[in-house]
Amino acid sequence: MKVVLLGGTSGMGRAIGRQLVERGDHVFLLGLGDAELEKSAADFEQRGGGKLKVGYAPCDLERPESFAPALAEADRVLGGFDTVIVTAALFATQERLEQDIELTRRLLTVNFANTVVFCEQVRAYLLGRGGGRLCVFSSVAGDRGRKPVVLYGASKAGLSAYLEGLDHRYHAQGLQILCVKPGFVRTSMTEGLKAPPFAGEPEGVAKQVLTALDNRRPVVYAPAMWAWVMRVIRNLPRFVMRKVGF
Amino acid sequence: MSVRAVPDPDRGLCGWGRTYLPGTEVRSEQLTQLSAGKPLARGLGRSYGDASLLARGDRVAAGTTLADRILSFDEETGLLTAEAGLCLAELNRLFFPRLWFTPVSPGTKFVTLGGMVASDIHGKNHHVAGTFGKHVKSILLRTGRGRIVRASREENEDLFLATLGGMGLTGHILEVSFTMRRIPSTWMIGESHRVDSLQALLDLLIEKGQTWPYSAAWCDTLPRGGQRGRGILFLGRWAEQGEAAPQLSHSPRAVPIPFELPSGLLNRFTIGIFNSLVYWSHVRRTKRGVITPDACFYPLDAFHNWNRAYGRRGVTQHQSVVARETGAEALLEMMKVLESAHTASFLTVVKDCGAEGDGLLSFPKPGISLALDIPITARSTEIIAQLNQVVIAHQGRIYLTKDGLTSASDFQRMEPRLERFLEVKRRWDPDNEFRSAQSERLFGLGATAT
Repeated sequence: MKVVLLGGTSGMGRAIGRQLVERGDHVFLLGLGDAELEKSAADFEQRGGGKLKVGYAPCDLERPESFAPALAEADRVLGGFDTVIVTAALFATQERLEQDIELTRRLLTVNFANTVVFCEQVRAYLLGRGGGRLCVFSSVAGDRGRKPVVLYGASKAGLSAYLEGLDHRYHAQGLQILCVKPGFVRTSMTEGLKAPPFAGEPEGVAKQVLTALDNRRPVVYAPAMWAWVMRVIRNLPRFVMRKVGF
Repeated sequence: MSVRAVPDPDRGLCGWGRTYLPGTEVRSEQLTQLSAGKPLARGLGRSYGDASLLARGDRVAAGTTLADRILSFDEETGLLTAEAGLCLAELNRLFFPRLWFTPVSPGTKFVTLGGMVASDIHGKNHHVAGTFGKHVKSILLRTGRGRIVRASREENEDLFLATLGGMGLTGHILEVSFTMRRIPSTWMIGESHRVDSLQALLDLLIEKGQTWPYSAAWCDTLPRGGQRGRGILFLGRWAEQGEAAPQLSHSPRAVPIPFELPSGLLNRFTIGIFNSLVYWSHVRRTKRGVITPDACFYPLDAFHNWNRAYGRRGVTQHQSVVARETGAEALLEMMKVLESAHTASFLTVVKDCGAEGDGLLSFPKPGISLALDIPITARSTEIIAQLNQVVIAHQGRIYLTKDGLTSASDFQRMEPRLERFLEVKRRWDPDNEFRSAQSERLFGLGATAT
């Protein structure tokens, strides 16, 4: 595969990038900060065995004008790509967001509007090549409106709905969509939060994501246990959801 | 991840010996930003005592394990640069197939590069290769007052040498550059000898060390009389191409110990049975064969969380190096201390140490090293003090990475180099920003000291 990875400098994106290069896939890295990108690209190169060059370009989900040049650079360096993976997003606790309306605006914009705008450009590109894979990290938080993730969950609910629609509309034209819904995963994003049962590690999630991509699955919960947890939560009646804390 | 000493929200931070002190750690990929304002960095928490725990009043340590990028590798010279949180197990996994290995490996692969520098770790090849620090070319550090500095033998030499074995007290180690070594294959030739007395074991250790690059001995501290200190000598070297299978060797899957065993399960009686089993299961006097690197270097890594075998009270280790001439005598005196205290060491390791390195507080120096695992009881501090008297009487010193109970005065009697180290620390860390529970205990450098 020739993969463009947005968000590969940290967390689950880093874990996915490492597993991709280890199995010999070509990776092009998009993200923030030239120094960070350069170091992460060097890391991917070494983990891939030191033979394959890993390119990178700056791309900021807060600046939609950075999307087109970044994708054009990826196209140039890779000589065309067939897969795009987006792990980048913003996260903040509900308490923090309720106190900071500007952060709320930024989070909703980045996680929904700008991510969709980025995906739309990818969609056009991939359809133009006759198809390809688009894998985007949403969240279990988008599966149902819940007390601890009202705002973050809303941004991810929108994203999940968009990805599902995209799958329905373009599946026949060769566009393969994978919507990843991680539960609690121990990354720097969740550092300091109390880990619930079934908390995952980034390496485990990465492995699941690559398997799901290879098997052409449209949705993957990670760790897999969250599929069952969310099935229950989606079906809880409203009067229960008003009472419980999750 | 079970290979890491994970912080417990109720009990705080602990080292591998599982003695807890208040505090927690925060991890991030961005170690440079994360380390700002933190009194201490810690990797996988594999030091036994309080080296990776916080001084009184400090709350948060910088956890380095997410900062684990490999930044460069030169296939010609073997020079590798990586962030401080890179785990040796990962380095092995990635570089064994390319036929490169760390020049010096400790007895577990679950350590970070930063920890390997801060402890200036030694391995089974100390008598020929020295400590890890000898192979380190440069370090990037956050020193006092926010200065980020590169240190090497050419540049800021005093800081460099104080950081090798400096227990993280000269600043936060951010990146490490060191020279990897070429290996002919991913297999090893191992040889082991059952030896029925301590003196014979030490003699054979030194004799075989002249031809074998990797050597260490397990010994049985329990039998009385001439059999005390009997044991098994383990030797290893890399297999040449053609001596072993052409396939790559694989690390075995580790067996987890999922819960704490009862404290006190490991006592003189049960350890005696275990030791006899180990000793006599080596039926032939000499065994030889092709083994994996994991079997040679990391036999204990076959059990994840093996420290849980000591129960809730945990374990302490006492590793010392004493003069070679009176080595057997000193070791027998230390075993006598354990006997008088009605305790025993579960895993006792004897090693021959080579020349002293240039790290200002590095542990090894020429002599015989003895590592004792001692289950924690109410008398542990007293036992450690008695062991330390033997060490002092035999011109020895202890390994800070293992220690959690030595008194400040005993440590100062073993360490004439301490003042030089503290002088360099004052130069680079004038406000004593970097400290640990260990520096508070041994040097009086805690959160309130100046």
